[in-house]
Amino acid sequence: MTAEPADHATDAVRMIAVWCPDWPVTAVRLVNGQGERDLDPETPVAVVSANHVVACSHAARRAGIRRGLRRREAQGRCPALVVLPRDEGAEVRAFEPVVQAIESLAPGVEISRPGIACVGARGPTRYFGGETAVVHALSRALITRLGDLAAVGSNVLIGIADGPFAAEQAARRGTIVDPGGSAAFLADMSVDTLGLPELADLLKRLGIRTLAAFAALPATDVLARFGPAGAWAHRQAGGRDARPIAARRPAAEFSAEVVFEPAVDTAEAVTFSTRTTAELFVTDLAGHGLACTCLELLVRTEHGEETVRRWRHAGVLGTLDVLDRVRWQLDSWLAGRHPEADQPTAGVTLLRLTPVECVPMLAHQQALWGASGADDERAHRALARLATLLGHGSVLTAVTDGGRTPAERTRLIPWGDERTPRNGPDRPWPGRLPAPAPSVLLDPPRPVQVLDASGRQVTVTERGAVSEAPAQLSYGHQPVPITAWAGPWPVDDRWWEGHRPRRRARFQLVDLRGRAYLATCTLPGSPVGTHPMPQTSTDAPVWTLDAVYD
Amino acid sequence: MLDSGNVDAGALVGNIDRLARRVAPPLPVADALRAVLPEGLPRGSTVAVHGSVSLLLALLGTASQEGAWSALVAMPPVSVEAAVEYGVDPARLAVVPDPGTEWSTAVSVLVDALDLVVVRPPATLPSALGRRMSARARSKDAVLLTYLGGAGLTHWPGADVVLTAATIEWTGVGDSAGHGRLRGRQVELSASGRGRHAPPRTTCCWLPAPLGTGIDSVSLPGPEVARLDDRRAG
Repeated sequence: MTAEPADHATDAVRMIAVWCPDWPVTAVRLVNGQGERDLDPETPVAVVSANHVVACSHAARRAGIRRGLRRREAQGRCPALVVLPRDEGAEVRAFEPVVQAIESLAPGVEISRPGIACVGARGPTRYFGGETAVVHALSRALITRLGDLAAVGSNVLIGIADGPFAAEQAARRGTIVDPGGSAAFLADMSVDTLGLPELADLLKRLGIRTLAAFAALPATDVLARFGPAGAWAHRQAGGRDARPIAARRPAAEFSAEVVFEPAVDTAEAVTFSTRTTAELFVTDLAGHGLACTCLELLVRTEHGEETVRRWRHAGVLGTLDVLDRVRWQLDSWLAGRHPEADQPTAGVTLLRLTPVECVPMLAHQQALWGASGADDERAHRALARLATLLGHGSVLTAVTDGGRTPAERTRLIPWGDERTPRNGPDRPWPGRLPAPAPSVLLDPPRPVQVLDASGRQVTVTERGAVSEAPAQLSYGHQPVPITAWAGPWPVDDRWWEGHRPRRRARFQLVDLRGRAYLATCTLPGSPVGTHPMPQTSTDAPVWTLDAVYD
Repeated sequence: MLDSGNVDAGALVGNIDRLARRVAPPLPVADALRAVLPEGLPRGSTVAVHGSVSLLLALLGTASQEGAWSALVAMPPVSVEAAVEYGVDPARLAVVPDPGTEWSTAVSVLVDALDLVVVRPPATLPSALGRRMSARARSKDAVLLTYLGGAGLTHWPGADVVLTAATIEWTGVGDSAGHGRLRGRQVELSASGRGRHAPPRTTCCWLPAPLGTGIDSVSLPGPEVARLDDRRAG
């Protein structure tokens, strides 16, 4: 318990998985009602979708029926086979009591697909005082709620292991895997158990047949060759959690909402209206280099009833996967399988998709010869990521704006907002400084003293002439001699706002060290500055440095 | 057997990577800067710039014209008008004025994806962190430009090139009567550094140039023309 390898399974969450074998068959049997011929447990039953067997009963398996067989071939192997079409809605509706049985023990049930659900084991283990006790309690809860399951000859298996994938495999065998033992537990299993037929096929042709062999490959190579889905499967195969080490809860801004006005009362209509939002939800995450692996779906009705479910998905959720889960959840809810009081009594008004877990897609491709210029897409993505990291408004982009002072002509806009200037930058702005522009803006302007040769403050007369030539520049410490200057250029603006005109004169000053400044002298009796509060200067002029020609 | 195959593949990828790094062309610089940076801005390098924001903008400008992305991190407010005069396309310029405590995170994220990242380091920068930033830029083929001016750091550990600009004189502005206006500035640029950049180089150039704007080499007719203009205007 104490010395476990640091990078191995220790970060994985203990999960309890509940598995109902041959769930499509069980669901179809439950829906078809009792008393018919195909309900006899000994009758071979196969559920067919797209002309291929997706599930079969135990009796059918004995007769040689396997998943993936063509319908005709299945019937050829077992002439007595009862072939039923798949009904996914029925599968979800029938699974609802199982989910509720698990929820009666612990919140936060994650439904991988109808037939498999997991829940975190930590809370119930502490409450019931041990994992075996949890399994007993869960069995009791399942039996009290699932009387009709037994009637159709179905059973439920429970397993506990590290992480959802290992837990599912444990449930298939009905065992409890010790903490940290998931990798060893998974080692000898076939790569088929990953549930990715194309990947499994390719791995077998490469000579990799067991999960241990697959897990032994370097993670970076797997990612490079098989992409995010392969990397995800690789982590599963190693008994590690699906979540990468750097996983973080995605920001709430990725959640998407659909508001229905007027309220909608059928699952089909809700699913249809959700399509666009689901697409946006997936592409928005993809735009940030993320892919959703666990999704929380909230639906609310006009009368305030709510249903919240978490859907975990093997691999990466696409738009169609999201819509499937929306339909499933609504099907089971609207069909009234909930015995509790929160059964819907009105149409649906709100649906919210929230990503619970995301993995980085790492899908951006570099040019063949490495650095051939960061492409725009990559830069956009990085800046958007930085903006979410630092908060909106901390990453900015600049546009040239209209105005007379350098500060007015620079406008910073939060990254992602539209780059539009407030005032036309190309309009004639009489009185603006010709090029070159000062490179550094002083914000707020720095108050200084501009003195003449004898040490008196320089001022500008009513007629726009300087009292004396500026000779020294002083801010705080020792005055610096001014070697060259230009001006004054009077600016009378904002006289159309407020009572007192703002009368200023601008100068360019070059000091002995070769630094050049843009300075403003605000004449006596004018309001100084624009922010934070216009103050009225006294009888002395106020000098400020506005910008530096650095 | 399988393992050894993988190792070979890994080594090959590494080789290709190194090969690509050598091939990656440096970012272009203005002709006037060729005297101090004969090869342009080598990708993956760290360039410390002393004494002039205009010089930084001139470095960004030429690369920006070629489609490069750049960012200013923790820099004093820069006039976008001046940036445009040096050729920077503001649509490809990101500004992070105050990254706060996430300073190094911001630089890392930007270095990963952008071509040029300008940063003014805080006054107290652990030298290990500086080296790490430079190493990150090197592995990502980005150019890290550090602005060492004002109250910030005065030395960047691990800089490949140190560029220093010193003002010689401003032209266009009258010396006593307030005539004229600032038109151009002659600066002395000096570069020193490590490795290929070890031999010190010095040049004079206009920053900004008196005719038109931007950066220009010093051979152009400059101050006399400008002064005559002003006298006529005055």
